[in-house]
Parts: sequence; structure tokens; C-alpha cells
Amino acid sequence: MTVTRIPVVRIGRFLLVTIPGHADDAMIEQLQTDLLERVRDASARGVLLDVSGVEVVDSFLARSLSEIGRMARFLNAKVVVVGIQPAVAMTLVELGLKLPGVRTALNVDHGLQLLGSGGEREPANTSRSEIR
Amino acid sequence: MNHGTFPVRTAEHVVLLRREVCRLSRELSFPPLDETRLLTATSELARNTYVHGGGGEVKIEQVAADGRQGLRITFRDRGPGIVDTNLAMRPGYTTTNGLGLGLPGAKRLVDEFALHSTVGEGTVVSIVMWV
Repeated sequence: MTVTRIPVVRIGRFLLVTIPGHADDAMIEQLQTDLLERVRDASARGVLLDVSGVEVVDSFLARSLSEIGRMARFLNAKVVVVGIQPAVAMTLVELGLKLPGVRTALNVDHGLQLLGSGGEREPANTSRSEIR
Repeated sequence: MNHGTFPVRTAEHVVLLRREVCRLSRELSFPPLDETRLLTATSELARNTYVHGGGGEVKIEQVAADGRQGLRITFRDRGPGIVDTNLAMRPGYTTTNGLGLGLPGAKRLVDEFALHSTVGEGTVVSIVMWV
């Protein structure tokens, strides 16, 4: 069975992925593979994962996002998850889920700033997600 | 009112089920946060149904009590069952290298939660969210 692929868009040295709200587990697994290859091929320094259209971040998706962050780190790319919906943030906390390995930003602009600054300084309205 | 029974055998089925629950939550005017909670619990439990239970079906019903409307979602599989349900409800316990947050997490997100499992026969999980 062929899996629908989630597009990965290149913006300069960075990659942007908009996670669709209807993404299933198989599509997310495929994205992990595709994205790491794109990071290597594009020598990308950072990845923005836009989840603003995602209403459900369950344990599988949370773990997958976190894994992408930790895997990309081995390829010298930083991962920023942007656009987490307030209701999703509350649900993540209620579920006891964390996102180690990625940083978070309110939107794509802030995420780009965060990556552009080399991650040394944090622009306003961004936060460092929990790091183990 | 019965809103139908949906198969849950693939990752895609989980997304279709989520879409249906989303539609019904909006019809019943759940507050947005409760809608997200219900959808997230549905996602966790539906994944259990096809990953641990080897597939099954999910029934969605509209329920009413004390003048309140709600949705009851029942996940049924004929898989191996859960040997120790108390252990399965403990956060962090997992048999599949997952995070072990599925069952206890789903319970925390909804108003009512019931788990019945018989080894060799299968598992039934029922959740209710009231408007």
C-alpha cells in the first residue's frame, strides 16, 4: 500500500513541513524517513514542523515529533515545532506528554527567528521545550 | 441514538473515526477543549484497538442523562485481552515500547471510562464525554 507523503518545502537553509490534520500514523512514519533524507540532501540547518492545523496530538504523534527532533540533531539540524494550538497544549499536559528533542515557537515567523539566531538567543514569545 | 459502528483495522481507519467524532462533537456543541480531549482519547484508544487488539470496531452513540447530552464511544476488539488491567492503567507501563500513556491518558481526558478485558476473548473500552 502506498502511503500519502507529506510535502517538505525548502526555505533557504531550512525545511518547512506543514503537518496535515488528517495525517495518520503511517504518513507520520513516512515523514520521519523523508525528512531526514531531505535534511541530508539539502544540508538543512533547521526544520520547522508546523502543527497549527493539527487538532489531535496523541502519544504517537508526540513521540514521533520528538524522535524527529532527536534524529535531526544527529544530522546537525535543529527542529522547531510551531503553532501548537492552546487546546492541544492543555491536552498534552493532561496526558503527561513532553516533547524532548524539539523546541517550540508560536508561529513560523518566530520559528525562523529561533533557527536564524542559531538557537543561542531566544526571540520573544518562544520557549524551550523540556530537555532531558 | 446510535451513530453507527466503524471498523478500526488500519491507521487510516483511526483518522476516519476521528473525523466522525469531530463532526458529532461539533453537532452537540462541545466546548473546543473538550472536543480536543475527546478526539485525543479516541485516537489513543482506536490505536490500541488495531495495534494491540488486532483490529476491531468502534460504536458511537449519543446519550442523554439528567438533561445533558453526551457521546459514548465503545472500542471493541477480539484480541488477546489484557492480563492485568490494573497494570495496564498505570502510566508508563507498556508492552510495545510505546510511552504507556494510552489507557491512563485517555481516562484522564474524558468524563467516564470503563475497561473490560478477558484474556483470550478481547477488550472493550467505553468512554463518555458530557456536553
